[in-house]
Amino acid sequence: MTDSTTRRAVDYRGGGFSPRRIRWIGPLVFIVLIGLLEWGTRSGFITPLTLPRPSDVLTTFGELWSSGLLWKHLLPSLTRLFVGAVMGATAGILIGIMIGLFSYVRAGLVPLLAAIFPIPKIALLPLFVIWFGIDEGSKYALIALGTFTPTVVATYGAVDNVDRTLIRMGQSFGLSWQSIVRKIVLPGAMPGILSGLRISLAIAIILLVAAEMLGAEYGIGAYILEAGSLYDLERLFAGVAILSLLGVLVSALLGMIEARLLGWRS
Amino acid sequence: MKLHLESISHAYAGVAVLSDINLEIPAGQIVCIVGPSGCGKSTLLRFIGGLERPASGKVVQIGQPPADSINPLTYVFQDFALLPWRTVEGNISLVLEDHRIRGAQAKSIIDDVLARTRLSDFRRALPRQLSGGMKQRVAIARALAVNPAVMLLDEPLSALDSQTRELLMDDLIGLWTRQPFTAVYVTHNLQEAVRLGHAIVVLSRRPGQIREVVMIDKPLEARRFGDADLELQQRHLWELMRAEAIAADQELVGD
Repeated sequence: MTDSTTRRAVDYRGGGFSPRRIRWIGPLVFIVLIGLLEWGTRSGFITPLTLPRPSDVLTTFGELWSSGLLWKHLLPSLTRLFVGAVMGATAGILIGIMIGLFSYVRAGLVPLLAAIFPIPKIALLPLFVIWFGIDEGSKYALIALGTFTPTVVATYGAVDNVDRTLIRMGQSFGLSWQSIVRKIVLPGAMPGILSGLRISLAIAIILLVAAEMLGAEYGIGAYILEAGSLYDLERLFAGVAILSLLGVLVSALLGMIEARLLGWRS
Repeated sequence: MKLHLESISHAYAGVAVLSDINLEIPAGQIVCIVGPSGCGKSTLLRFIGGLERPASGKVVQIGQPPADSINPLTYVFQDFALLPWRTVEGNISLVLEDHRIRGAQAKSIIDDVLARTRLSDFRRALPRQLSGGMKQRVAIARALAVNPAVMLLDEPLSALDSQTRELLMDDLIGLWTRQPFTAVYVTHNLQEAVRLGHAIVVLSRRPGQIREVVMIDKPLEARRFGDADLELQQRHLWELMRAEAIAADQELVGD
C-alpha cells in the first residue's frame, strides 16, 4: 500500500439484466394508448377517416352484443379455431415426437417440413376448397395445416433437447422403451412443446380470418372482412378487438396449463 | 456375483481410448478406477453396465445375481440424473414401476432406502429444492431400491463441494459396512479412491491401460480423513499418475 489517504466506496456495477414481473404496466399501456386515441379523435387531431373513435367502437360492440349477432359470429369462429387447432396441434405433436425418436422419420420428413413451412397457407385456401368443400372442411384444414408446421418443428426440437443423461439413466435401470418415452422424453419435452403451442395458436387465430374469406356467412373473420370492404372502421375495429381478446385469452389459458404441468421448474 | 473384464479395447473414430483391459471385480468389494482425464475410465464403466459396447473384448458375469435383485448392474451418475418433475419418492418409484412393483411393496422399499440415506423427511421434495449432496443421496437411494448386485458409480462426488464430498463418503462407508455391496467406483480424486477402495486400478493416459492395481487392506470403517498410511498410499498413486497426467494435459483435444 503506497497510498492510504484516499478512501472511496467501490462503485456498484452489477445491476440490470434481470427482468422483474410488474403487473400494472401492461394494462396501463392499453389505457394510455386508448385514452390518447379518444382524446385525439374528439379534439379533431385525428380525423374520423384515419381512425375510429374508441368509444364508437365500444358502442358498435355493444350493439353487436345486444342484437345477439356477437354469438352468431363468435360461435362458428371458436368452433373452427378449436377443431382446426386441436387437429393441427395433435398431429404436430405426434409427428414431432416421431421425428425426435426415429432417425428414418427424421431423415424423411425434415426436408419435407422445410418445404412446407414457408408456404403461405392462405395461398392454399382455393385448393382446400376443392379438396374439402366450401363448408367447414376447408376451414378446418387451413387452420390445422397452419398450426401443424410450427408445432412439429417446436416438438422435435424439444425432444432433441431432452437431457440425454436422463434417458441413459432410464436405460440403465432397465426401463422399457415405452416408459422412457412416456415418463422421461414427453415430460422433458413439455416446456418446448408448450412454448411452441403459443406460436402455433397465434397463427391459428390469424388463419381463422383467412379461412373465413371464402364461403363463410358468419364468423369473426367474415364480419371483419365485410366491414373492411364497406370501410366501416368502427365495425372493423370491433372485430379486430375481439381477435386480440381471443389471443390474450388463449395465451392466458396456456399460461394456466404451463403453471399446472411445469410447476416443477420453479 | 463377480464380474470379469476380458481384454477390452476400444476406439472412438479411429482414436484408441482403451487397450487390453483385464480386470476382476470380486463380490462384496469396492474397486476404484483412477486415471488422468480422457483415459477412458468412464467409458470402461459404461461397458461394465452395458450402456455401451466395446470394440473388442467382453464383460462377463460370473454367477447369478441374487434373486431379489431387480436391476443387477445399477449406476450412480455424476450429475445425479434425477427427473426434475418428480419428487424424491417419485424418482425412486420410477425405477420400481417398470418392474411391476407398486403399492405397498413399493412403499416399503422406498421407506427403507429413504431411511438408509436419511432422506425420510424429504420424500415429497422436488429435486430443485435439494442441495447437490442431497440430490446425490436421492440417486444413491434410487440405486439401493433396485437391490443391485454391482453398483457402478461414475464420479459420484465430483459435482459436490469438498465438505459435502466428505459427508457423502462417510455415508457410503456406512452403507457398505452395514451391508457390503460390490461396486466399481470411477473417480479422478485419489483421496476418494484411498478412502473407499479395496482395490485401486490405475489407468495410464489414452489409450488407457492398467498400470498397477493397488490393494488397500485396512478396513473401510477404520479409514479416517488424513490417516498417515492413506496419505502414503495417495502419494504413491499420485507418483504413478503424475507423469501421465502431465502428458495427458498437454495433448491436443480432439485429435
